[in-house]
Amino acid sequence: MPQKKSSLLWAVASIRMSSIKIRTKRKDGKTQIRMLIAHPMEHGRNRDAKTNALIPAHFIQELTVKLNKNVMINGKIGANISKDPFFAFMLRGGNVGDKITISWLDNLGNKDTRIHVVK
Amino acid sequence: MTANRRAFIKKSVTLSAYSIIATSGLLSLSEAQAKLLPDTPSTHSLQQTLQRLFKDQDIIASDKIDIQLPKIAVNGAAVSITVSSTLKDVESIAILVEKNPTPLAAKFELPPHLDPFVSTRLKIAESSVVLVIVETSEGFYSAAEKVIVTLGGC
Repeated sequence: MPQKKSSLLWAVASIRMSSIKIRTKRKDGKTQIRMLIAHPMEHGRNRDAKTNALIPAHFIQELTVKLNKNVMINGKIGANISKDPFFAFMLRGGNVGDKITISWLDNLGNKDTRIHVVK
Repeated sequence: MTANRRAFIKKSVTLSAYSIIATSGLLSLSEAQAKLLPDTPSTHSLQQTLQRLFKDQDIIASDKIDIQLPKIAVNGAAVSITVSSTLKDVESIAILVEKNPTPLAAKFELPPHLDPFVSTRLKIAESSVVLVIVETSEGFYSAAEKVIVTLGGC
Protein backbone atom coordinates (compact mmCIF):
# COMPACT_ATOMS: atom_id res chain seq x y z
CA MET A 1 0.00 0.00 0.00
CA PRO A 2 2.16 2.86 -1.21
CA GLN A 3 -0.18 5.69 -0.21
CA LYS A 4 -0.48 4.57 3.37
CA LYS A 5 3.25 4.14 3.65
CA SER A 6 3.99 7.52 2.12
CA SER A 7 1.47 9.34 4.30
CA LEU A 8 2.90 7.61 7.35
CA LEU A 9 6.41 8.59 6.36
CA TRP A 10 5.18 12.08 5.74
CA ALA A 11 3.56 12.23 9.18
CA VAL A 12 6.79 11.05 10.82
CA ALA A 13 8.81 13.61 8.87
CA SER A 14 6.47 16.42 9.83
CA ILE A 15 6.83 15.58 13.51
CA ARG A 16 10.61 15.71 13.30
CA MET A 17 10.90 19.06 11.57
CA SER A 18 8.63 21.98 11.05
CA SER A 19 6.80 22.10 7.77
CA ILE A 20 6.47 25.89 7.82
CA LYS A 21 8.94 28.50 6.65
CA ILE A 22 8.17 32.11 7.51
CA ARG A 23 9.77 35.27 6.19
CA THR A 24 8.86 38.84 7.09
CA LYS A 25 10.00 42.04 5.49
CA ARG A 26 9.38 45.51 6.91
CA LYS A 27 9.02 48.27 4.38
CA ASP A 28 7.33 51.70 4.41
CA GLY A 29 5.58 51.05 7.72
CA LYS A 30 4.18 47.77 6.50
CA THR A 31 5.23 44.21 7.17
CA GLN A 32 4.95 41.59 4.48
CA ILE A 33 4.47 38.09 5.83
CA ARG A 34 5.33 35.25 3.51
CA MET A 35 5.00 31.59 4.31
CA LEU A 36 5.82 28.34 2.59
CA ILE A 37 4.31 25.13 3.91
CA ALA A 38 5.49 21.66 2.94
CA HIS A 39 2.32 19.69 2.24
CA PRO A 40 1.22 17.27 -0.53
CA MET A 41 -2.19 19.00 -1.04
CA GLU A 42 -3.83 15.99 -2.66
CA HIS A 43 -7.46 16.61 -3.61
CA GLY A 44 -8.43 12.95 -3.88
CA ARG A 45 -8.95 12.74 -7.65
CA ASN A 46 -5.38 11.98 -8.67
CA ARG A 47 -4.35 8.43 -9.39
CA ASP A 48 -1.13 6.70 -8.51
CA ALA A 49 0.93 6.36 -11.70
CA LYS A 50 1.93 2.74 -10.97
CA THR A 51 -1.08 1.14 -9.30
CA ASN A 52 -3.78 3.40 -10.80
CA ALA A 53 -5.39 3.58 -7.37
CA LEU A 54 -6.91 6.85 -6.20
CA ILE A 55 -4.63 8.85 -3.95
CA PRO A 56 -6.66 9.77 -0.86
CA ALA A 57 -7.43 13.44 -0.32
CA HIS A 58 -4.89 15.10 1.94
CA PHE A 59 -4.95 18.86 2.06
CA ILE A 60 -4.77 21.78 4.46
CA GLN A 61 -8.19 23.01 5.51
CA GLU A 62 -7.42 25.72 7.99
CA LEU A 63 -4.66 28.27 8.22
CA THR A 64 -4.35 30.57 11.20
CA VAL A 65 -1.99 33.49 11.55
CA LYS A 66 -1.61 35.07 14.97
CA LEU A 67 0.08 38.32 15.87
CA ASN A 68 1.20 38.32 19.53
CA LYS A 69 -1.49 35.83 20.63
CA ASN A 70 -4.31 37.61 18.75
CA VAL A 71 -5.77 35.73 15.82
CA MET A 72 -5.11 37.86 12.76
CA ILE A 73 -6.02 35.77 9.74
CA ASN A 74 -8.44 32.89 9.56
CA GLY A 75 -8.18 31.04 6.28
CA LYS A 76 -10.34 28.27 4.89
CA ILE A 77 -8.21 26.47 2.35
CA GLY A 78 -9.40 24.09 -0.33
CA ALA A 79 -7.52 21.47 -2.29
CA ASN A 80 -7.22 23.92 -5.21
CA ILE A 81 -4.14 25.46 -3.66
CA SER A 82 -0.99 24.08 -5.22
CA LYS A 83 1.32 21.55 -3.61
CA ASP A 84 3.63 23.06 -0.97
CA PRO A 85 1.39 26.10 -0.63
CA PHE A 86 2.69 29.64 -0.49
CA PHE A 87 0.80 32.54 1.07
CA ALA A 88 1.64 36.19 1.50
CA PHE A 89 -0.14 38.85 3.52
CA MET A 90 0.51 42.51 4.22
CA LEU A 91 0.31 43.82 7.75
CA ARG A 92 -0.10 47.53 8.47
CA GLY A 93 2.49 48.45 11.06
CA GLY A 94 4.33 45.63 12.75
CA ASN A 95 7.26 46.20 15.05
CA VAL A 96 10.57 44.51 15.68
CA GLY A 97 10.01 41.72 18.17
CA ASP A 98 6.40 41.03 17.16
CA LYS A 99 5.63 37.34 17.36
CA ILE A 100 3.91 35.81 14.35
CA THR A 101 2.48 32.34 14.89
CA ILE A 102 1.34 30.34 11.91
CA SER A 103 -0.50 27.07 12.25
CA TRP A 104 -2.35 24.76 9.89
CA LEU A 105 -4.73 21.84 10.19
CA ASP A 106 -5.38 19.32 7.41
CA ASN A 107 -8.27 16.98 6.64
CA LEU A 108 -6.50 14.02 8.26
CA GLY A 109 -6.14 15.88 11.55
CA ASN A 110 -2.42 16.60 11.17
CA LYS A 111 -1.30 20.01 12.31
CA ASP A 112 1.80 22.11 12.71
CA THR A 113 2.71 25.44 14.25
CA ARG A 114 5.68 27.75 13.94
CA ILE A 115 6.56 31.01 15.65
CA HIS A 116 8.53 33.73 13.91
CA VAL A 117 9.84 36.93 15.47
CA VAL A 118 9.87 40.04 13.27
CA LYS A 119 13.37 41.45 12.91
CA MET B 1 2.48 -31.60 22.47
CA THR B 2 3.35 -30.70 18.91
CA ALA B 3 -0.10 -29.26 18.36
CA ASN B 4 0.19 -27.22 21.52
CA ARG B 5 3.53 -25.83 20.48
CA ARG B 6 2.20 -24.96 17.02
CA ALA B 7 -0.74 -23.15 18.56
CA PHE B 8 1.56 -21.24 20.88
CA ILE B 9 3.83 -20.14 18.03
CA LYS B 10 0.88 -19.16 15.91
CA LYS B 11 -0.62 -17.08 18.70
CA SER B 12 2.61 -15.36 19.58
CA VAL B 13 3.30 -14.48 15.94
CA THR B 14 -0.13 -12.94 15.39
CA LEU B 15 0.07 -11.08 18.69
CA SER B 16 3.45 -9.58 17.91
CA ALA B 17 2.34 -8.65 14.41
CA TYR B 18 -0.70 -6.90 15.82
CA SER B 19 1.35 -5.01 18.38
CA ILE B 20 3.81 -3.89 15.70
CA ILE B 21 0.93 -2.55 13.61
CA ALA B 22 -0.65 -0.87 16.62
CA THR B 23 2.56 0.79 17.79
CA SER B 24 3.62 1.93 14.33
CA GLY B 25 0.41 3.88 14.12
CA LEU B 26 -0.87 2.17 10.97
CA LEU B 27 -4.09 1.20 12.66
CA SER B 28 -4.78 4.56 14.24
CA LEU B 29 -4.03 6.28 10.94
CA SER B 30 -6.63 4.27 9.03
CA GLU B 31 -9.13 4.92 11.81
CA ALA B 32 -8.42 8.62 11.63
CA GLN B 33 -8.90 8.57 7.88
CA ALA B 34 -12.23 6.83 8.20
CA LYS B 35 -13.43 9.43 10.66
CA LEU B 36 -12.31 12.44 8.68
CA LEU B 37 -13.08 11.36 5.12
CA PRO B 38 -16.57 12.93 4.96
CA ASP B 39 -14.78 16.29 4.92
CA THR B 40 -13.13 15.61 1.57
CA PRO B 41 -14.28 17.90 -1.22
CA SER B 42 -17.43 17.00 -3.02
CA THR B 43 -17.88 18.35 -6.49
CA HIS B 44 -19.89 21.53 -6.36
CA SER B 45 -20.48 23.74 -9.31
CA LEU B 46 -19.58 27.41 -9.08
CA GLN B 47 -23.21 28.43 -8.61
CA GLN B 48 -23.71 26.00 -5.75
CA THR B 49 -20.54 27.18 -4.08
CA LEU B 50 -21.57 30.81 -4.39
CA GLN B 51 -24.98 29.96 -3.01
CA ARG B 52 -23.44 28.14 -0.06
CA LEU B 53 -20.90 30.86 0.69
CA PHE B 54 -22.85 34.04 0.13
CA LYS B 55 -26.51 32.93 0.26
CA ASP B 56 -28.58 35.40 -1.73
CA GLN B 57 -26.31 38.40 -1.26
CA ASP B 58 -25.90 40.76 -4.18
CA ILE B 59 -22.41 40.62 -5.58
CA ILE B 60 -21.43 43.76 -7.44
CA ALA B 61 -18.67 43.81 -10.04
CA SER B 62 -16.01 46.29 -8.99
CA ASP B 63 -12.92 47.77 -10.62
CA LYS B 64 -11.34 48.42 -7.24
CA ILE B 65 -10.11 44.86 -6.99
CA ASP B 66 -6.80 44.15 -8.68
CA ILE B 67 -5.99 40.57 -9.69
CA GLN B 68 -2.51 39.81 -10.88
CA LEU B 69 -2.60 36.55 -12.77
CA PRO B 70 -0.65 35.37 -15.81
CA LYS B 71 -2.76 35.44 -19.00
CA ILE B 72 -1.25 32.16 -20.11
CA ALA B 73 -0.15 29.62 -17.54
CA VAL B 74 2.19 26.93 -18.85
CA ASN B 75 1.80 24.77 -15.77
CA GLY B 76 -1.63 24.66 -14.17
CA ALA B 77 -0.28 22.98 -11.04
CA ALA B 78 1.04 26.26 -9.64
CA VAL B 79 -0.34 29.53 -10.94
CA SER B 80 0.65 32.60 -8.92
CA ILE B 81 -2.17 34.94 -8.03
CA THR B 82 -1.98 38.24 -6.16
CA VAL B 83 -5.15 39.98 -5.10
CA SER B 84 -5.18 43.50 -3.76
CA SER B 85 -7.96 46.01 -3.36
CA THR B 86 -8.56 49.66 -2.68
CA LEU B 87 -11.98 48.98 -1.17
CA LYS B 88 -12.50 50.10 2.41
CA ASP B 89 -13.28 47.92 5.43
CA VAL B 90 -12.47 44.63 3.77
CA GLU B 91 -13.56 41.70 5.88
CA SER B 92 -12.74 38.69 3.74
CA ILE B 93 -11.31 37.70 0.39
CA ALA B 94 -12.41 34.55 -1.42
CA ILE B 95 -10.71 33.09 -4.49
CA LEU B 96 -12.66 30.75 -6.78
CA VAL B 97 -11.68 28.91 -9.96
CA GLU B 98 -14.73 28.41 -12.15
CA LYS B 99 -13.87 25.19 -14.00
CA ASN B 100 -12.24 23.32 -11.13
CA PRO B 101 -14.30 20.46 -9.66
CA THR B 102 -14.29 22.28 -6.32
CA PRO B 103 -14.29 25.97 -7.25
CA LEU B 104 -13.39 27.46 -3.87
CA ALA B 105 -9.62 27.70 -3.51
CA ALA B 106 -9.36 29.78 -0.38
CA LYS B 107 -11.22 32.25 1.78
CA PHE B 108 -9.36 34.51 4.16
CA GLU B 109 -10.93 36.54 6.92
CA LEU B 110 -8.84 39.66 7.28
CA PRO B 111 -8.94 42.10 10.20
CA PRO B 112 -8.83 45.89 9.70
CA HIS B 113 -5.13 46.20 10.51
CA LEU B 114 -4.25 44.05 7.55
CA ASP B 115 -3.98 45.39 4.01
CA PRO B 116 -6.47 43.82 1.59
CA PHE B 117 -3.69 41.86 -0.01
CA VAL B 118 -3.34 38.11 -0.54
CA SER B 119 -0.86 36.23 -2.64
CA THR B 120 -0.84 32.48 -3.22
CA ARG B 121 -0.47 29.76 -5.83
CA LEU B 122 -3.42 27.94 -7.38
CA LYS B 123 -4.04 24.64 -9.10
CA ILE B 124 -6.09 25.23 -12.25
CA ALA B 125 -7.40 22.20 -14.12
CA GLU B 126 -8.20 23.87 -17.44
CA SER B 127 -8.51 27.33 -18.97
CA SER B 128 -10.94 29.09 -16.71
CA VAL B 129 -12.14 32.28 -15.13
CA VAL B 130 -10.71 33.07 -11.70
CA LEU B 131 -13.23 34.89 -9.58
CA VAL B 132 -12.36 36.98 -6.55
CA ILE B 133 -15.07 38.01 -4.13
CA VAL B 134 -14.28 40.66 -1.55
CA GLU B 135 -16.56 41.10 1.41
CA THR B 136 -16.66 44.57 2.94
CA SER B 137 -18.85 46.00 5.67
CA GLU B 138 -21.03 47.50 2.92
CA GLY B 139 -21.49 44.48 0.71
CA PHE B 140 -19.91 42.04 -1.66
CA TYR B 141 -17.75 42.98 -4.63
CA SER B 142 -16.30 40.75 -7.30
CA ALA B 143 -13.70 40.80 -10.03
CA ALA B 144 -12.80 38.14 -12.56
CA GLU B 145 -9.76 37.38 -14.65
CA LYS B 146 -9.36 34.78 -17.37
CA VAL B 147 -6.41 32.44 -17.49
CA ILE B 148 -5.44 30.08 -20.30
CA VAL B 149 -3.83 26.90 -19.08
CA THR B 150 -1.73 24.98 -21.59
CA LEU B 151 -0.95 22.05 -19.31
CA GLY B 152 -3.73 21.27 -16.87
CA GLY B 153 -2.48 20.75 -13.38
CA CYS B 154 -4.40 19.08 -10.64
